[in-house]
Amino acid sequence: MRTISYILRKEFTQIFRNKTMLPIIFVMPIVQLVVLVFAANMELKNIDMTVVDRDKSLTSQRLIAKFIGSPYYNVTYSEESIDKSVDDLYADKSDMILNIPQNFERDLHNYKTADLQVLINAINNTSASLMNAYTNSIVMDYNKDIIVEITNKKMPQTATFNIESSFWYNPELNYKIYMLPGILVVLVTVIGMFLTALNLVREKEIGTIEQINVTPIKKHHLLIGKLVPFWIIGMFELVFGLSIGLLFFHLPFEGSVIALFGFGTIYLLVALGIGLFLSTITENQQQVMFLAYFFMLTFILMSGIFTPADSMPDWAQTVNHINPFYYFIRAIRMILLKGSSFANVLPEALSLATYALVIFSLALWKYKKTV
Amino acid sequence: MISIQNISKNFGDVSALRDINLEIKDGELFGLIGPDGAGKSTLMRLMTTLYVPNQGQITMNSRHTVKDYKAIRNHVGYMPGKFSLYQDLSVEENLAFYASVFGSTIEDNYDLVKDVYEQIAPFKKRLAGRLSGGMKQKLALSCALIHRPEILILDEPTTGVDAVSRKEFWEMLKKVQKTGITIVVSTPYMDEASLCDRVALMQKGEVLKVDTPEAIMKSFPKKLFAVKSENQYALLNDLKSNEHVYSVFTFGQYMHVTLVDENGNMEDLSASLQENGHEEVEVKQTDAGIEDMFMYLMNLENE
Repeated sequence: MRTISYILRKEFTQIFRNKTMLPIIFVMPIVQLVVLVFAANMELKNIDMTVVDRDKSLTSQRLIAKFIGSPYYNVTYSEESIDKSVDDLYADKSDMILNIPQNFERDLHNYKTADLQVLINAINNTSASLMNAYTNSIVMDYNKDIIVEITNKKMPQTATFNIESSFWYNPELNYKIYMLPGILVVLVTVIGMFLTALNLVREKEIGTIEQINVTPIKKHHLLIGKLVPFWIIGMFELVFGLSIGLLFFHLPFEGSVIALFGFGTIYLLVALGIGLFLSTITENQQQVMFLAYFFMLTFILMSGIFTPADSMPDWAQTVNHINPFYYFIRAIRMILLKGSSFANVLPEALSLATYALVIFSLALWKYKKTV
Repeated sequence: MISIQNISKNFGDVSALRDINLEIKDGELFGLIGPDGAGKSTLMRLMTTLYVPNQGQITMNSRHTVKDYKAIRNHVGYMPGKFSLYQDLSVEENLAFYASVFGSTIEDNYDLVKDVYEQIAPFKKRLAGRLSGGMKQKLALSCALIHRPEILILDEPTTGVDAVSRKEFWEMLKKVQKTGITIVVSTPYMDEASLCDRVALMQKGEVLKVDTPEAIMKSFPKKLFAVKSENQYALLNDLKSNEHVYSVFTFGQYMHVTLVDENGNMEDLSASLQENGHEEVEVKQTDAGIEDMFMYLMNLENE
């Protein structure tokens, strides 16, 4: 026990003396949460729409007015031909083009049907489908009015289902409170995985491990002394990030604190275990950095932080079984937003606990062999 | 006593040590002398339980390096070739940390490290990474001594250290030796060999000779001449191509030369060099040093 306390004291002295480590611990959560939560915003505003109105009729004007009236669209008219107007798309001056052909009004009155063309820049498929949906709903809305006017009839009264939807757990469909827990997970992992791996491999790189190995320090003492500080810092990071979320983003905290930190504890063990494992298969900080970065990026992309993991292909969902992010992001959202209890996230917790056991055994086995 | 028996160590296909046998007495200052790659560091890592031998065994004061490695770690001080203390901890913090991991304190063994530590004490708040090379070595020595080891193992402690610090360092080692600690030190510098009680000359994973420095120098089997002339480079070439010359190598401003014929004399050598057109030829008989012996043994080995 005394040996561990000496190692702990040494580690903390080194961590707090490190001029890059402290900013990482304190500034990173603030920057990541504040910047990323605002920047990683899926809501669509300021759609730049170029309107090519070849009809110049009352009907077309009223349609355009609907778009102008919408807060999402910045409408500009183009007197050019449709071919010329497409240049706006190339120049990125415009996100979409609404093409109203000649005889739009006439066709509508004569044939009870008319065509509209919508051209959308779909480089970003998500925003393209959103634009399409917004545009469609505006056109449909206008369509209803038109039907009434030109047929001089009320909408036929047919039997329809009346759907009343209400959004649970995130009633305002606030993207921030969806993203924030995910970013918290990334933060905690950076501390747990990156810093642990870097710290351990540094002893190897500088050669201090050789001096340590000839002392009576037992390997498990050294490892406990090395891992506990990062477990503490990781937990601190979770609390710190959570406080920022609660104070500045009105992040709901529906579930129990114990469930969250219990889960966080298990998760950090996995992160520390991976960090330890990576440090045993590398020789210097550069190698471990690249390796950790590779795992981190892959895990993040597959974790469901941005896109739902459930809609990933089967193989990806299988791979996700070894993705610690996946479990924690799922669980932290459940606990914070839904108010799930620890019992609700028990399957995830058990998976992670098994994970921790496996990765630690593997890392310890490797560690004993190499050092 | 350190007893090294039939030790061999391989790294994959590379054989680093082959059948080493050595006995190092209690309280001895023992030197491992040899060029880079001779296997000095490997032997030291075997002694400090960092490596496990492929063959043979080592006992350090009757403790087996494989079976009793835990006990050895309590009683051996080791200073690796590369500076291996925490550069981001201060002098004092490093020393206190190493004392504490051995279950000791600086105060307990201060008498032992006093001579060394007092020289760096004015900088005790300074980070170890900001010390000069010589001071780093002194700190490393203090850290290796702080738990009052029975045996001290130093891997090239003076490599990369200036001449003055080297001299000081050896003086400190002598003082440490007086406290009864057995010291094993390795060095690539032949001139440091004479400061040891006994030395082992090592080359390519083998021990060529073990004896006191004096005995090694005396055992040089040939007459040794120091030769000098106006044009050293031409002299070296001429000596090398001279059929009467057995060996020649540069030694400071002289060439150290041995002759094939045991009865060959200075006059003949001098005359033959003047025939080659050398001016201001100076030939004198000289005593062999450790380095001469080393070169001689190396030649023998290569033949």
